[in-house]
Amino acid sequence: MPITITMPALSPTMTEGKLANWQVKEGDTVAAGDVLAEIETDKATMEVEAVDEGTLGKILVEGGTENVAVNTPIAILLEEGEDASALEGYDAGSAPESKKNKSGDSSKKDETPKKKVDEAELEKAGTTEAAEVKGSSGPAPVTKEGERIFSSPLARRIAADEGLDLKAIKGSGPHGRIIKADVEKAIASGGAKAETAPKAAAAAQSAAPQSVTPPPAGEYEEIPLTSMRKTIARRLSEAKQTIPHFYLTIDCELDKLLAMRKELNARSDEYKISVNDFVIRASALALRKVPTANACWGGDKILQYKDVDISVAVAIDGGLITPVVRKADQKGLATISNEMKELADKAKAGKLKPEEYQGGCFSLSNLGMYGIREFSAVINPPQAAILAVGAGEMRPVVREGALAMATQMSVTLSCDHRVIDGALGAELLKHFKGYIEEPLTMML
Amino acid sequence: MSESKFDLVVVGSGPGGYVAAIRSAQLGMKTAIIEREHLGGICLNWGCIPTKALLRTADIYTLIKHADTFGIKVEGASVDLTKTVARSRQVAGQLSSGVQHLLKKNKVTVIDGHGKLAGKGKVEVTKDGKAVSTVTAQHIILATGARARTLPGLEPDGKLIWTYKEALVPDVMPKKLLVVGSGAIGIEFASFFNALGSDVTVVEVMDRILPVEDEEISAFAEKSFKKQGMTIHKGTTVSDLKKSGGKVTATFKDKKDKTSSDTFDRVILAVGIVGNVENIGLEDTKVKVEKTHVVVDEYSRTAEPGVYAIGDLTGPPWLAHKASHEGVICVEKIAGEKDVHPLDTGNIPGCTYCHPQVASVGLTEAAAKERGYEIKVGRFPFIGNGKAIALGEPEGLIKTIFDAKTGEMLGAHMVGAEVTELIQGYAIARQLETTELDLMHTVFPHPTLSEMMHESVLDAYGKAIHF
Repeated sequence: MPITITMPALSPTMTEGKLANWQVKEGDTVAAGDVLAEIETDKATMEVEAVDEGTLGKILVEGGTENVAVNTPIAILLEEGEDASALEGYDAGSAPESKKNKSGDSSKKDETPKKKVDEAELEKAGTTEAAEVKGSSGPAPVTKEGERIFSSPLARRIAADEGLDLKAIKGSGPHGRIIKADVEKAIASGGAKAETAPKAAAAAQSAAPQSVTPPPAGEYEEIPLTSMRKTIARRLSEAKQTIPHFYLTIDCELDKLLAMRKELNARSDEYKISVNDFVIRASALALRKVPTANACWGGDKILQYKDVDISVAVAIDGGLITPVVRKADQKGLATISNEMKELADKAKAGKLKPEEYQGGCFSLSNLGMYGIREFSAVINPPQAAILAVGAGEMRPVVREGALAMATQMSVTLSCDHRVIDGALGAELLKHFKGYIEEPLTMML
Repeated sequence: MSESKFDLVVVGSGPGGYVAAIRSAQLGMKTAIIEREHLGGICLNWGCIPTKALLRTADIYTLIKHADTFGIKVEGASVDLTKTVARSRQVAGQLSSGVQHLLKKNKVTVIDGHGKLAGKGKVEVTKDGKAVSTVTAQHIILATGARARTLPGLEPDGKLIWTYKEALVPDVMPKKLLVVGSGAIGIEFASFFNALGSDVTVVEVMDRILPVEDEEISAFAEKSFKKQGMTIHKGTTVSDLKKSGGKVTATFKDKKDKTSSDTFDRVILAVGIVGNVENIGLEDTKVKVEKTHVVVDEYSRTAEPGVYAIGDLTGPPWLAHKASHEGVICVEKIAGEKDVHPLDTGNIPGCTYCHPQVASVGLTEAAAKERGYEIKVGRFPFIGNGKAIALGEPEGLIKTIFDAKTGEMLGAHMVGAEVTELIQGYAIARQLETTELDLMHTVFPHPTLSEMMHESVLDAYGKAIHF
């Protein structure tokens, strides 16, 4: 029996990805553990390894195909002793429908994998699935859980044209089928817009359609969006539009910290602690001190985290990503430093694993190395706070009534007011400042 | 005088009433139906069915006249009118007893007499003017139907001036026949008598025949009827009918008030219908009547709680299948069934069984434009279809209209052989809200007339293969 290789879910939230390229070609022999293909998600490029050994019989989805839904058959592996004839009549699995994208042109891209499946399947008496895929105005859409949404072809077409999410529409036809009238009602009420309805936006993992603004006058170059750019656009638009942000700024003296860093780094070559590593640990300890700030908004409840996991923004080619230092409150500076260095290297190489960048309770964004004095960052949902860290610089300060010089660093905390009130945010910053200014307390 | 109690009572046993009664009984309600004349109503007894039986004779006679084309020699063929009518009556009778059987099988109590609302939840039944019983029921469905409209000065006498009823049982074959009104009823009779050899004149007040159909279909049908020898006066009214010496002289007035006259052996009046709203006890209720029809909501509820109305007694379209469907929806809603949906009148097909047949569903091209749709129109003629040519029926047209923006099939209009059997394909397409793509990807069997339905859709998008 040939084995169907399907599009893997590289993370719990992944619904589709780009099949970047195949590392093997049809007819190649593969062993378990061999890299078959590279998959690009919105976050990273990952390798798909062979689980079984055999010969790659047929590639169903070509390299470079975007928006391949999770579980779509992408190739067929022949087991030992089987030859290409085993492919005839082999059903590549009642392939779950590729997730319907909302914009018209990407639905065309969607069809590429399906067509391939059809070719394999149509050799034998056409299966109903094949007929269905060929026949309608886009395949019957499925919910994230894979449940089919019953809707008329016309309702699907109008919803797609209007950028509406069928999941957010209640059907009034037989057995709750969504019909034209339901979609028109949704349009009239302005609801179900994929990009505005918060619920739909949260659910929509695929790139949300963006309203097309007319290009500015003059010449320009059109740069297609990468998966990462789409994700940044979607998530941060959602954050800034739906999270009530407010900002708290505080100055921290760094002289003691810098002295301690110098001393620590002089002791060993096994680590090279940066100011940012101190900031990670100080944030983590402050959150441990103020656990109510280590939380996120849960719609009808607040979810308070048990661990303190710090997401650290790392600028990479074409965007940024936030690898996570887990349980940072329980890790020493050297451990944090080495871990962070490894994560940053992986991030820059696009090799972060999902578990290395997903989750996190609190984010750090440090632009100090660019000489930025202070700035305010956009919260990284579903988190409730992000700390924007500026440059450490010599500033005049007033000490005991006299002007003095000190190395100061300004930090700005962006808070989700639904979770963190002003006083709570201020308390968190007070503790943070305490750790930074008296770094010895971080060693306790 | 007896009294009896039911959950639901239906007044009138036409295609609306008897279907509602059966569905009601199926859903476990104690049901009665009151009928003053024939089970099955006008449809079975004096409408849809007996006319189809007559038109079958017309079709066969027409075929026999052209038998030579098909390589068959037939000599001395003639129509026996008495036998033709007798067959039509036999067909109606058979179906009426079929309805009786169905009602019995479903344990519906059939009450013979005239039903009339008599206070809340009560229906009084009279027979020959005498009250015979009072029936009580929580739910009362009025399905008393409609009758032919008469115009002042154009009253039928049942001898020389007929309504549909006399026209169904003609004692003589009128040599010269005037049909007033070119809707479905008028045109079917015109077609029948014309095929059997009458010299038929049709008068229509509107500027085209079959005025509810798409203009292109009206024009196509008119051309075809004229070719068959019919005389058609459009934009014309009959201002006077004078009877003398067993003949009727009709005075016509055209739009420019120019009058002319002609003499006929018989006249058939087919100028529309009026609802049977009288003498059913509406006066003491909140039931609203507008232009002889009862006003109801989407589930056939009148303004009077517990009183419902369906079919021709209510608003258009006045078609048997609309009545039946309304009856089912009304009853299921009363019974509290889940998934009951109001009837979308835009999805009700209409059929006219003249020769050539006419069938349609949805919006006409003009109506679609009037509603502001940007449309795509597809056409496919019978001459491009193999089966049509093999049948010797190369005259006809299938026209489809799509919303250019969404691909919704807004309407479909057909004229030609067997189109009344074909239209259902498009009715399903509309009900399921398919788009042009679904229809294009549907496989139509070869060789059939239905292939033209495919080609017409393809043509709307410039993809027709055979024309």
